[in-house]
Amino acid sequence: MKLTGAEILCEALTRLGVREIFGYPGGAILPVYDALGKSKLHHILVRHEQGATHMADGYARASGGVGVAMATSGPGATNMVTGIATAMLDSSPVVCITGQVSSKVIGSDAFQEVDITGITMPITKHNVVVSRAEDIARTIREAFVIAKSGRPGPVLVDITKDAQQASAEFDWDSCAPKLPPKRIRHNHDQAEFDRAVELLNTAKRPVILAGHGIMVSGAMRAFEEFVRAGNYPVAMTLLGIGCFPAKDPLNLGMMGMHGEAWVNNAIQEADLLIAVGMRFDDRVTGDLRTYAKSARKIHIEIDRAEINKNVKVDAALVGDALEVLERLTPHIKSRDHAAWIRYINQLKGDSAVRDIQSLPDTGHLYAAHVINDLWKETHGEAIVVTDVGQHQMWEAQYYHHNRPRTLITSGGLGTMGFALPAAIGAKFAKPDSEVWVVVGDGGFQMTMSELATIVQEKINLKIAIINNGYLGMVRQWQEFFYDKRYVATPLVAPDFAALANAFGIRGERITTRAESISAIRAAREANETVLLDFRVEQEDSVYPMVPAGSALHDMIRRPQSPLVETASDT
Amino acid sequence: MQTLVAYVENKPGVLNRVSSLARRLAINIDSLTVGPTENEEIARMTIVAHTDERGAHRLEASLEKLVDVLLAENISTRALLERDLALIKVSADQQNRPHLMELIKVFRARVVDVAPESLIIEVSGTVDKIDGLLEVLRPFGVLEMARTGRISMTRGSDLLQPPAPEPEDSALEATATKVK
Repeated sequence: MKLTGAEILCEALTRLGVREIFGYPGGAILPVYDALGKSKLHHILVRHEQGATHMADGYARASGGVGVAMATSGPGATNMVTGIATAMLDSSPVVCITGQVSSKVIGSDAFQEVDITGITMPITKHNVVVSRAEDIARTIREAFVIAKSGRPGPVLVDITKDAQQASAEFDWDSCAPKLPPKRIRHNHDQAEFDRAVELLNTAKRPVILAGHGIMVSGAMRAFEEFVRAGNYPVAMTLLGIGCFPAKDPLNLGMMGMHGEAWVNNAIQEADLLIAVGMRFDDRVTGDLRTYAKSARKIHIEIDRAEINKNVKVDAALVGDALEVLERLTPHIKSRDHAAWIRYINQLKGDSAVRDIQSLPDTGHLYAAHVINDLWKETHGEAIVVTDVGQHQMWEAQYYHHNRPRTLITSGGLGTMGFALPAAIGAKFAKPDSEVWVVVGDGGFQMTMSELATIVQEKINLKIAIINNGYLGMVRQWQEFFYDKRYVATPLVAPDFAALANAFGIRGERITTRAESISAIRAAREANETVLLDFRVEQEDSVYPMVPAGSALHDMIRRPQSPLVETASDT
Repeated sequence: MQTLVAYVENKPGVLNRVSSLARRLAINIDSLTVGPTENEEIARMTIVAHTDERGAHRLEASLEKLVDVLLAENISTRALLERDLALIKVSADQQNRPHLMELIKVFRARVVDVAPESLIIEVSGTVDKIDGLLEVLRPFGVLEMARTGRISMTRGSDLLQPPAPEPEDSALEATATKVK
């Protein structure tokens, strides 16, 4: 069958199971859009190509499949850069398809020509230029395999306009992926495995560090069996949240810079850390010289380049989390950690009295209240997509996720503006799920143009803006480390409810705690997108906090009476 | 200094990916040589990098993550044969020419071009040997020099071969596109 390159692309995407493409048309990708119109693929017109990549990313993270974003050459392609880097840092399988000027004029500074494969080389898992129609199908199939296999990541396929227009023979069976042969590395030999088993069976104070890799591997059940077999307390990374139920007594909660004190103290006092699918990011470890000094470390990780990168480990088991855990669990003999777990629970008791949730309602609205109300009203079952900053940390602390892929957030890159578009992608992946956007007033203003996409696609999202009139996390750093010099953090915003109305979206402003629950209930009942503008305390801070570069146990704790210290009128 | 050998796909852009990776890891490359292998689809690189063992591990593991890199291996601690080749243009007049020729003989180098005012000397061997020759030539006036950078090979039965090509794999695609 002879098809044009553009038709081959649409046919290949359809056969790979793609239903939605998030994109924005332009000259160098027009042949593909013409073919899209004749295909069964649903194209979501975004308002900025950054939004397209975040949507594809949100789609991938909510579904566990591959998300697809599309843009034209030049500025269309460069607008994708932030979204691609976001997907790269969080190992999200996204395939970006860009149009490129015709192969005859490449290198001539043609209109809207940019070397996008050169630009994205360090922020993609792989990228490739296709300049022949007959190479399109195989390349797209390879892109999907690369994006999804091993440690996932974004792949960019740049297709010249002449390749889109030319005709070629299309035969699915003769264009199977053909990737360069790789050496299979059996990095963990038997001795390494035996050493890990020995460490597991002799530890008195073990803590598991559970990361995103558990979800990527689909190892949730194997992980739970491993946890039960050894009766191990579990600390979560931000992206690990959801891989093990928050309601489980063995789940301690999030570790790191804004982890609860008992989690960080447990890590610092542990004699064995079992890291699964996580990479000892600086936001998780604090100062490396003082990190978990009395602990031996086992690292279960698919990416060999992560071994001994930040933290030197005693046993490295390189491989897919599911396979490694299934292999390890039968060897666990020792599970007597009751005293250790009791001890951690005592640490917890000390922190709980400082908890803002325990304080009486004085009429002031705190972000923690809003998140807590949202968690209770949605029974912890919603998909929550957050942006980056204070609200993100409050979400991680106060919304207790029990299921995988229900917290979607930009971790590694910390991309403001991620939440709204990523939530649109998540909603397409899980149309029957309740999807909440939790976003600050700063990040929301970065990509709020995607409200129009919501309206055009008639989708049903719930948007909670945690509006404190500041770039809150930066303000908090200025408060703690720059003597309260609030340079460039006070932030003017439009009336978000009125703005939503202008887009044709229901909007509401909430200023007291008494209104919070009823507003969330009304939003949930509405069969349409609703935006809630929560006007929270302006100078509230996220506690505890490990200052950057400090020891993990060296935390700024919650004030004993936060209302007095943060309420604006006292 | 660490020595790595890599087998890569012999196609455009791969050298850029390899050097860009070293730059991203902030590892300074002392020399990088690329050449074809007996299989024309595969090229072999020798990378000599200013880094420690830990940096070399990271470079090696990160290189293998590149789709076009078939294999990367740090061979620094193994029994190695290493060769560097240099062309050195030295100023030479009638008076010092005999003295120069003697030195060249000692270093088992050879003269490959003779001109009234200069000679071009070709020398191959270890980096140390070439550095040594360079040292003694310097007083005569080194006008120009070109060096290939180091190529290395493990000795004897310690083989470093590229993995054999696999047939097209649709099973891989099924696994990869499966929603977990």
